[in-house]
Amino acid sequence: MAETVLSISHLTKQFDGQTVLEDLSLDVSEGEVVVIVGSSGCGKSTLLRCINALEEIQGGEIRLRGELIRHDGKNLPELRQKIGMVFQSYELFPHLTVLENLLLAPVKAQKRSRNEVREEALALLERVGLKEKADSWPRQLSGGQKQRVAIVRALIMHPEILLFDEVTAALDPEMVREVLDVIVSLADQGRTMLIVTHEMSFARAVADRIILLEDRRILEESSPDQFFTAPKTEQARKFLQTFEFIRKKKEEA
Amino acid sequence: MPDLGLEVLWKGKNFARLLGGLWVALRISLISAGISVLAGILLGIAASRKRSVSSVVLRIWLSVIHVMPQMVLLFLMYFGTTRAFGWNLSGEAAAVIVFSLWGTAEMADLVRGAVTSIPVIQRESVEALGLKPGQIYRWIILPQAVRRLIPLSINLITRMIKTTSLVTLLGVVEILKVAQQIIEANRKASPNAAFGVYLTVFVMYYLACRPLSLAAKKLEKQWR
Repeated sequence: MAETVLSISHLTKQFDGQTVLEDLSLDVSEGEVVVIVGSSGCGKSTLLRCINALEEIQGGEIRLRGELIRHDGKNLPELRQKIGMVFQSYELFPHLTVLENLLLAPVKAQKRSRNEVREEALALLERVGLKEKADSWPRQLSGGQKQRVAIVRALIMHPEILLFDEVTAALDPEMVREVLDVIVSLADQGRTMLIVTHEMSFARAVADRIILLEDRRILEESSPDQFFTAPKTEQARKFLQTFEFIRKKKEEA
Repeated sequence: MPDLGLEVLWKGKNFARLLGGLWVALRISLISAGISVLAGILLGIAASRKRSVSSVVLRIWLSVIHVMPQMVLLFLMYFGTTRAFGWNLSGEAAAVIVFSLWGTAEMADLVRGAVTSIPVIQRESVEALGLKPGQIYRWIILPQAVRRLIPLSINLITRMIKTTSLVTLLGVVEILKVAQQIIEANRKASPNAAFGVYLTVFVMYYLACRPLSLAAKKLEKQWR
């Protein structure tokens, strides 16, 4: 049995008295890819934001390799360095080149040598097909390229776990593929990942475990094959139906 | 060609005197600008926190400065304080105080605007990378804020330079006062001097302010 990397127990999150997540527990073990699906506003993104303490939590606890993650914790910056997060809107730093975007945190926060990180940054950029963009500015990149840079920016910190928050939701359809391919290759390398997405065929391909979040809690937890072919709950079946289109053609009617 | 009265400029040291007057105007505005930029940055950063005491102070301060004509503030500071508090401020000192009060408030508002205009999620994405609050300011928030700030603050400084023409009313011998003196002194010999001298003053203001506006435009374009 692989070691547990992330452990969430009895998490409760409220916004102005309204409960968004209630008594939610979830463990992610090393090398596991967990995909979270659910309708909009079900709290998927909030869950990811709680994990690296961008949100204060009202109950329960979150541990990374046994270490408690607290919104007001003294060691929060160090813990966050071990949690890679990729946002829907990329959030590259517009005043820095691609390479400087990648170097900032390893050099300033982790105090690693600039030269060593530079080498690694260029190697990683090459892996995602963007080596020639190292000296470009973020505004010169397409959405898909920006998102690949953002993934590299998370990877270069050598995180214990990667969080992906609907990373293709803001992309044009033709750019979704290039980003998802990168994530699939990360899964092949055995990275531990927690992914929120609306791309169902990607979810099925990349996940070791699928979680359906609905009504503030985990409603169903299954292997991808089971989830997509024989969902256990009625809600899961309904949720999957929203992605299907059936049109009665005239001759059948 | 009508007589523009330009010949007055070459009489005696008139041209040098005008330049001296310009220097007085620039000195007042540049000292005030220096104070305003420094104080404004500190106050602006403090006021960028919502519901802070500094943000309330800045709001009240701004509301006063915005509705008060600068000339009234100048008179209040120069003539008003002499009798009421027994302060014997020179006209130049009074001008620097008023301009700094005005500039600090506006500068702080610009800084506050620039800092808060950086999206929360930009800050969150650096936090997520594990940088400490000081590092986040130093490497992400301030560099982006400064880029938004520089064109606006240069605009403020040119407005300050222009507004120094008011301090002639406090008896400060700056460029406009010198111009009046030259015109008065040559009333008989060159009755048309008013045009030539004021035209020169106009060109001098233009040459002093224009490079700043150009620099602001250039920076703005470069950082878009």
